[in-house]
Amino acid sequence: MKYLLNVKNLNSEFVREIQAESKTRILHCYQCGKCSAGCPIANEMEYKPNQIIRMIQLGMEESVLKANTMWLCASCITCTVRCPREIDIAEIMDVLRRYAFKRGIFPAAVADIPVFNRIFLRNIKLFGRLYELGLIGFFNLLTGNPFKDVLLGPKMFFKGKINLIPERIKNASEIKDIFKRSAEIEHSD
Amino acid sequence: MKYAYYPGCSLHSTSREYDMSAKEVSTRLGIELIEAPDWVCCGATPAHVTMHVLSQALPVKSLINAKQTGADTMAVCCAACFSRLKIANYHVLNDPGKKAKINRAVGAEYNGEVAVKHLLEILAKDFGLENLKGKMTAKLDGLKVACYYGCLLVRPRKIMQFDDEENPTIMDAVVETTGAKTVDWPGKVECCGASFSITKTGVVLRLCRDILQLASDAGAECIAVACPLCQSNLDLRQPEVNKKYDKKFDMPVLYFTQILGLAMGIDWKKLGLDKHIVSPLKFLKGKNIIK
Ligand code: SF4
Ligand code: SF4
Repeated sequence: MKYLLNVKNLNSEFVREIQAESKTRILHCYQCGKCSAGCPIANEMEYKPNQIIRMIQLGMEESVLKANTMWLCASCITCTVRCPREIDIAEIMDVLRRYAFKRGIFPAAVADIPVFNRIFLRNIKLFGRLYELGLIGFFNLLTGNPFKDVLLGPKMFFKGKINLIPERIKNASEIKDIFKRSAEIEHSD
Repeated sequence: MKYAYYPGCSLHSTSREYDMSAKEVSTRLGIELIEAPDWVCCGATPAHVTMHVLSQALPVKSLINAKQTGADTMAVCCAACFSRLKIANYHVLNDPGKKAKINRAVGAEYNGEVAVKHLLEILAKDFGLENLKGKMTAKLDGLKVACYYGCLLVRPRKIMQFDDEENPTIMDAVVETTGAKTVDWPGKVECCGASFSITKTGVVLRLCRDILQLASDAGAECIAVACPLCQSNLDLRQPEVNKKYDKKFDMPVLYFTQILGLAMGIDWKKLGLDKHIVSPLKFLKGKNIIK
């Protein structure tokens, strides 16, 4: 019985770190299951949100970080507003992703999601605003689906919904500095 | 009435009709929207799941720029941007530790002095429902609408301070000023999958099917939305939903601003009603709402 709820497990480094980062009391979860009942993506998740919370309580760092759960979380905040124990599950999902990001952990099965996020952010860093065409094109290329959604493109173009040239703000260099300083602050934490 | 205006990236590209109709309606009502100079992308979900400080610093940068308009409140149409801007303001106002980091990252001093409001709140509360009713010249009596709020407008209530989390009614009240009838349905705050439209399209198709089904079962003839992500998932992906699940949905997904514009007698082209993938034109002609 490796994973038994006992004082030793409940005090793991992992649980303390996630709890501190998310400013939410993970140990208060009493496994009612409401978070998972309302989660729109629970169906596709390897472990449901309530299971992830229990696994964090148990200090099961590796299994939590390997699961697809946090990457599939749509950040809809349904779980958080319904939790009777006021646990911010959506924030925990964010903290887990940032925890993985800092350590360079990207589970192979859902690697496309962090890839998308990176391209999105690089886009903003360059232009200050999102350039949809570049985002979608780059993402499809990098994930080996160059023709995904290709039929939607012309439809949207003729309706004037796609910019062929990125919008760029005047002080794009200021945004680069914000990226730089944010990263520095984050790393010094 | 004067507000700084934050369109956000979607309203400048894939959701131009939301930008067009919001401006048309506001102008008619004497609400002045002044675009925040050099506003920056809010960072959306990719920022808050990757870097915490950055996800707050980007919205704060736009709020600081908004001060140059002289208005003390910024109007936002996109529910996702609205959420990011409200959350950033909330942290600045309530968490001195976070505020210090955000200000360091932005390289400026910001103390939460610009309030953030969704256009729905501005219309319902600042302008007032009764006043709004008085501006409707072409009543849309007989139109049955399902108001779809999605996730980010209402959740979490502690921060958004917008409406009830499980059964919001503000959009229903605004849409009903046109004479249209809103249906009571269980899909109001379900999630459409938003940011997964490109990465996990299958999930989005399933969620959109459920929302379209719930709305049509409740007798709605069209869906009203206040978010470009909800709109593009339900509209753009509707033909794929039909194909994948063997359905025949033909459900126009309109911005609430387009519905208001129609009831004010604004030309449908100015409201961008020709820009939808599921065209609402035939339906609106059948209802004698447009010619
Ligand atoms: S809703 Fe809250 S208490 Fe219930 S299982 Fe989920 S996290 Fe635990
Ligand atoms: S925020 Fe994530 S975990 Fe919570 S209900 Fe939504 S998708 Fe599920």
